[in-house]
Amino acid sequence: MPRTPRMKVSDLANPNRFLRLSRWMIPLFAVAALALLAYGFYLGFQAPPERDQGYMFRIMFVHVPSAWLALGVYTMMACAALGTLVWRHPLSDVAQKAAAPLGAAFALICLVTGSIWGYPTWGTFWEWDGRLTSMLVLFLIYLGIIALWRAFDEPLQAAKAVAILTLVGFINIPIVKFSVDWWSGLHQKASVFRLDGPTMHPVYLHPLLICALGFSFLFGAMLMLAMRTEIARRRVRTLTLFAAREAS
Amino acid sequence: MTRAFFAILRRDLALALRAGGGAGIGVIFFLALVMVVPLAIGPDQKLLSQIGPAILWIGALLASLLGLDRVFGADAEDGSLDLLLLAPLPLEIIAFAKALAHWLATGLPLVIATPLLGLLLGVEMKALGATALMLLIGTPAIAFLGSIGAGLAASLPRSGLLIAVLIVPFTIPVLIFGTAATAAAVAEASLFGTAFKLLCALALFSFVIGPVAAAAALRIGRSA
Repeated sequence: MPRTPRMKVSDLANPNRFLRLSRWMIPLFAVAALALLAYGFYLGFQAPPERDQGYMFRIMFVHVPSAWLALGVYTMMACAALGTLVWRHPLSDVAQKAAAPLGAAFALICLVTGSIWGYPTWGTFWEWDGRLTSMLVLFLIYLGIIALWRAFDEPLQAAKAVAILTLVGFINIPIVKFSVDWWSGLHQKASVFRLDGPTMHPVYLHPLLICALGFSFLFGAMLMLAMRTEIARRRVRTLTLFAAREAS
Repeated sequence: MTRAFFAILRRDLALALRAGGGAGIGVIFFLALVMVVPLAIGPDQKLLSQIGPAILWIGALLASLLGLDRVFGADAEDGSLDLLLLAPLPLEIIAFAKALAHWLATGLPLVIATPLLGLLLGVEMKALGATALMLLIGTPAIAFLGSIGAGLAASLPRSGLLIAVLIVPFTIPVLIFGTAATAAAVAEASLFGTAFKLLCALALFSFVIGPVAAAAALRIGRSA
């Protein structure tokens, strides 16, 4: 009796299957991102002014999701680095390479919006507080990873070298997360992901979560697009090398 | 195993200290850094003696990053790295020996030079001693963390500044607790214990993670 073919997670490792799947998933993710962000920002603008900051809190709907994604993207890259080193997964280093500039962008957005938010509320654009400093370090690590990718000629060799650096750099992720608990500075403590549940009022929490979901879909769409570009780039490179060998 | 370890240590030290090794460049760079700071800040003796320990820490950190591309780079160029990879000695031990030799040749002279350069900045005697002692623990940590970057860059044709960019974020904890311990030793003895213990922990941590990650990076560079 012929067995019915079933989709397995490992099938996603096949670049062709990924290319077929991502072709319709990218527009789907992009539409979901646009809809969620539009709804989230709409709810955010409906929310009443906050007691101390007035309408200043609205920048939170960009700042906080970017911060979460900057951490989440790095965690994803660390998992992909394990995939590269342990399972030699053919797509994980593509994902790792495509995610690095996106993660760096989220870290930068987080730093810039935090700075803009900090000036009217804290009275300063920058403070060497534990959370701000560790986020800046995360941004620097992202830039180092991008620089190391560019230093190699051979993508497979670069993937493994970058994977080691990514895994060593993962130590910074818990430092960023718990920096507000370890060092008390200007930055507020965690108010959403806490063991005893969120302390933020639902009128702000709901739009924030919807925006975070929207930004996550946006990241997913951009990641798949960047991965497709990277796969195409590698194919061009292989074909060029092949043509050069044929010609000689 | 011990004999092979010391053979590698001796070889690397000899290569670094003899002609063309460039072990002294780090100290000269350190001196140049300490020299330009008063020129930029102005000859304010009180301010300089206050920020002196911090300047010495920054100088030592930057000078430690200088020679890192040569740790494995020179061996990769002349082929001796391939022999080391084939050797029965575990690659982690080899990486440890090479990082230790690198610190002895370039980091230790920085520590020895610290009290002299501190005098130029007008740092007090007590702070001078504290800075030099804390650097004695901090510079090996920086050297062993740096060996990760050195291992990653061994297979790269041009790596100069790249290693520094990769390694600086990882040395930030060493800098934070090193300067905190130095400041506490001078001003507030009650805070000294925590910072000092964390600095020692970071050094021990780097002795483990440095050689393991550097060895993994070297294997990758050769296999692909």
